[in-house]
Amino acid sequence: MRFFPLVWANLTRHKRRTVLTTASVALALFLFATLRSVVTTLEAGAQVGSESRMIVQSAKAIVFLLPMSYKERLQAVPGVQAVTWADWFGGVYQDPKNFFATFAADPASYLEMYRSDMTIPAEQRAAFLQERTACIVGQHLMDKFGWHLGQNVTLAGTIFPGDWTFTIRGVYRATNPAFSEDAVMFHYEMLYERYPRFVQPGWYVLELKDPSLAPQVASRVDSMFKNSSDPTKTGTERAFNSGFVTMWGNVSFLMNSIGMAVVFAILLVAANSMMLSARERINEIGVLKTVGFGDRLLFGMVIAEASTIALGGAILGLGLAKALYRSTGFTAMGFLPGFDVTGGTLAIGLGIAVLLAVASGLVPALNAARLSAVAALRHVE
Amino acid sequence: MSLVTLRNLSKSFRRDSEAIAVFDGINLEFAAGSFTVLMGPSGSGKSTLLNLLAGLDRPTGGTVVVGDAEVSSMSLGGLAAWRSRHVGFVFQSYNLLPVLTAYQNVELPLLLTRLSKAERREHVMTALGVVGLTDRAEHFPRQLSGGQEQRVAIARAIVSDPTIILLDEPTGQLDAKSAAEILALLQRLNREFRKTIIMVTHDPHAAAAAGTVLHLDKGVLTS
Repeated sequence: MRFFPLVWANLTRHKRRTVLTTASVALALFLFATLRSVVTTLEAGAQVGSESRMIVQSAKAIVFLLPMSYKERLQAVPGVQAVTWADWFGGVYQDPKNFFATFAADPASYLEMYRSDMTIPAEQRAAFLQERTACIVGQHLMDKFGWHLGQNVTLAGTIFPGDWTFTIRGVYRATNPAFSEDAVMFHYEMLYERYPRFVQPGWYVLELKDPSLAPQVASRVDSMFKNSSDPTKTGTERAFNSGFVTMWGNVSFLMNSIGMAVVFAILLVAANSMMLSARERINEIGVLKTVGFGDRLLFGMVIAEASTIALGGAILGLGLAKALYRSTGFTAMGFLPGFDVTGGTLAIGLGIAVLLAVASGLVPALNAARLSAVAALRHVE
Repeated sequence: MSLVTLRNLSKSFRRDSEAIAVFDGINLEFAAGSFTVLMGPSGSGKSTLLNLLAGLDRPTGGTVVVGDAEVSSMSLGGLAAWRSRHVGFVFQSYNLLPVLTAYQNVELPLLLTRLSKAERREHVMTALGVVGLTDRAEHFPRQLSGGQEQRVAIARAIVSDPTIILLDEPTGQLDAKSAAEILALLQRLNREFRKTIIMVTHDPHAAAAAGTVLHLDKGVLTS
């Protein structure tokens, strides 16, 4: 610690340079934390999906609908406890940028199916079920738009054209962090009244009596509809969620690649700054050697300078990412429910900062240590 | 009594494949408590000799003994530790660290010791007192005159109470008045504190302050 004032004095020699270098490290690690959190949130969402629920979707693609008549046949499959279904509505509130998940669903069975993932007061639940034009909204979305219970909200349909006005009769809270609070769910009858030919289930959800029955149920369901005009593809909800992740392409690879490219670019900036700083002080290194500072000590001091910049930047960047996303409840318009910078991401970020410190400080530190005192004293800028 | 002994000392540099001898076979002794000046034209090897005495450079042949230590055979790490305890070095261009105050510059050699912060403070203030700059302790080098900067450099050289003080043209960048102050200070250190001083200079006035004057020309001691 007795040498830290010397390290600090060198860091503050060019305050603007030090601040800008630290800020660039902070920005790099902020971006890294953000991009990696997208990956971890998507992966967590895929992992949190229930193993005791299965999704039945069209074998052609998720955008193809399934016949309503499948419900009774699915209910009759051995091992199936309950069946519900939903359809993607699409729709925006006032402005196209106000886009969030909106589902038309079979309300009673849907609420029952997801009873362990969300909670809704009993009287609100009853009010929602009784009123065909009612909807329920996630708490986060309510807060975001300042909506209140009983308010009429008009959404502009994108798949089902026109204005659609719903009355908010219930507000749900997610008890599962991966269950989005940025969604609206309403009675499918409302769609059916206006578009009877087009309103069919987008996917069915099956609740199993025993998760170990999943392979048999999947096989039985898909065999049942194999030769129909609407064949199905059945899998666990977890696999379904994973499918959404892979539908985006290799998101993990893309995000990690961009994150690493950003960090590498900043490494070059930091290394350049450290080398410039050390080069300006060659004569002073000679003076310190003359006074009796050893090679190892000088090596350590240059590395300490690089570490202060890298770790200072890392704490700023990672801390900002953690605080910002937590305080704003960021969910990317509901697509990344439970978005958070995890402890693992923070640990990797700090690891990168340590590597950054060593990589950017190593060359100037070695130069400082190896330079002979006489050569350093003769050096003229 | 001899404090510093040079035996058959030689030093040469290589330029491409050619070896250039700075001096060859110098034998010399400096007594404890002496004040010696080394004079000679540029390129005569004065500064090289000073660097060898300080353990900043290694001889091509021969030995340098300071007190009980054979400096010429020490490892690089051993030399750095030895310098911190036994050598005070003053440069022509002061070479204070611009980002440190006068106090912090003087404290530098003491950071390498086991002294506590309070003990270091006591030593630094004593050294600044000797050079008459206690009131400038918190000033940065840019806030000091050339003469004051050189006095701070001398305080840095004496703060750890070294065995020898080596000075390379300490008055070379100073006006006459400041140079006289520095020479008076060096005489006081030698007479009052019995410090062993070896100074390289071109300045005849500076040479007059010393007890012994040696001339070096083309690597040969002429007097």
